[in-house]
Amino acid sequence: MPGAEVLSWVRARFMPHIWCPGCGHGIIMHAIIRALIALKKEKSQTVLASGIGCSSRMAGYIDACTLHSTHGRSLAFATGIKLHKPELTVVDVMGDGDCTAIGGNHFIHACRRNIDITAIVMNNNIYGMTGGQASPTTPMGAWATTTPYGAVDPAFDICKLAEGAGASYVARTTIANPRQAETFISNGIKKKGFAVIEVLTHCHTQFGRKNDRRLPFDNYTFFKDASVPLAKAQTMTPEELQGKIVCGEFVNRDIPEYTEQYEKLVIEKARG
Amino acid sequence: MADVAFWQGNTALAHGALMAGCNFFGGYPITPSTEIAEVMAEELPKRNGHFIQMEDEIAGIASVIGASIAGAKALTATSGPGFSLKQENLGLAYIAEIPIVVVDVMRGGPSTGLPTKAAQQDVMQARWGTHGDHATICYAPSSVQECYDLAIKAFNMAERFRQPVLILSDEVVGHMREKIVMRDPASVRLMDRVKPSVAPEKFTPYEPNPLTGVPPMASFGDGYRWHVTGLTSNDWGFPTGNPPEIEKKMLRLMSKVGRARDEIVEYETEYMDGASVVVVAYGSVGRSAMRAVRDARKKGIAAGFFRPITLWPFPDVELSKMALGAKTIIVPELNCGQMVLEVERVMKGRSKVQGLSLVNGELFKPSEILNKIEEVA
Repeated sequence: MPGAEVLSWVRARFMPHIWCPGCGHGIIMHAIIRALIALKKEKSQTVLASGIGCSSRMAGYIDACTLHSTHGRSLAFATGIKLHKPELTVVDVMGDGDCTAIGGNHFIHACRRNIDITAIVMNNNIYGMTGGQASPTTPMGAWATTTPYGAVDPAFDICKLAEGAGASYVARTTIANPRQAETFISNGIKKKGFAVIEVLTHCHTQFGRKNDRRLPFDNYTFFKDASVPLAKAQTMTPEELQGKIVCGEFVNRDIPEYTEQYEKLVIEKARG
Repeated sequence: MADVAFWQGNTALAHGALMAGCNFFGGYPITPSTEIAEVMAEELPKRNGHFIQMEDEIAGIASVIGASIAGAKALTATSGPGFSLKQENLGLAYIAEIPIVVVDVMRGGPSTGLPTKAAQQDVMQARWGTHGDHATICYAPSSVQECYDLAIKAFNMAERFRQPVLILSDEVVGHMREKIVMRDPASVRLMDRVKPSVAPEKFTPYEPNPLTGVPPMASFGDGYRWHVTGLTSNDWGFPTGNPPEIEKKMLRLMSKVGRARDEIVEYETEYMDGASVVVVAYGSVGRSAMRAVRDARKKGIAAGFFRPITLWPFPDVELSKMALGAKTIIVPELNCGQMVLEVERVMKGRSKVQGLSLVNGELFKPSEILNKIEEVA
């Protein structure tokens, strides 16, 4: 049961939520709220932006300044908010389809600009809300309603994508390690620049049902067994890493942040 | 001494936006609207505003909506294919009641069409482009001065009604150069969105002012917490499936503009008294049409000129009244016949309504419209 301070960040008015019993999204929401509390963020100075999908409903459930926008576009909305009011803390919550399919362009450009937004990607490898269609992170061979013979296209590695595109902080964990999720989210928010935290979660309703992970617990044990800390992964061979989920902070670099650069290089120059 | 310049329509439009207090521009380069972005890129940082070239047209309007939610007066400008791409997020701004101004400098379509040539093919898209019902406020400038003045007006209307306002310019108006007189800031009336007057804990984000139908709007960061969503929602901004709440929201979106219709509608007329042939034309075509009507008068034809400045709401009551005695109404357009449908609807068969289409990328010569006037007179 979350503590009273955590519950004070939840909009009781918006309950009941739409998530299935046993969904991992609540664990991530809890981690986000705990990180915001630990960082002493004020609700009225904190923005949560989201797109469309199960994960994106989270914006409505958190009692802050929240924007439930259009599918895949949340980072573009968040960019406008952050550029106009850089003093706000901006967190963007996304699903895997939201972030890497329809929103893929906005995602790589937010990384490239390195704008001070924390993107939390809830990757459950499927389009859950629409009934279980394949996403760009559905593993090859996995069943989805639109891949009834198994997915044939390779999946994205969200963390490598973010690293290559220029984000200043990139980390991955799973819902089986909520404390680590909280730490990474907190580190991401503290980071001056674009931060990406991929949290592997599950959709036992749509994905698990047809891919041998029918119960929430099956997914929990799967994540626990498959997770490998980054330091250990660096000592393992590619064969040993097959089917494993490497968790840890992949990128933590200090590079110029967009809104600061705009202030320094554009506004100061324009005003002479 | 008045501040006078010799500018393109696009430049004037950008400066009008700045005069209106625009402090954010997000967009993507596209012909023939790009000069608007270029002026904003140069001018906004001088005034502590922000310009951002986004990764695509969709992101352009998204950033503008985001900035407006955070309190900015925000503008995006586009053309043809870009206007198509913006339609989904335009819908979000309608339903979530976010004031923004969107400029479409029309070019020939469909698709890539005629990027550097004039057209008026987006008239119905401006009205119905985004899915779902909504009230549209859309201006069509026909001179460089009007680009400037209507940009100011568009921002005022966006702020007043908490919704997107469109400016449907076209390639001719956007790129031609004319004298323009800058307004004296002291004499320009600017409107700002009404802010909530209650304390944050008493704030009901979408509870409308009973007189205007427009809810006060807080900005993110102002101390108020609220939820913005593209879902149909109740006064709390909470998604609703409750039929009375759904209907209330939908009807309010329409009526907040509808009830103020008379204060929004604008048009220009010449020689309408006793006119037997009326030419209804807008935007760049309005210029050719006015000349044609004047030439017809010189020839003794009782021609009249009616130019809608707001395409939406269309000046239907006004046209219907003023053109009552007209035998024929001619609607010259740079499309295959869009606004002519609206004129037919308004006249209800009382006058013969004839479209005059030009879709070869050129602007009407006054003589082409004059020929038509003489033909029907």
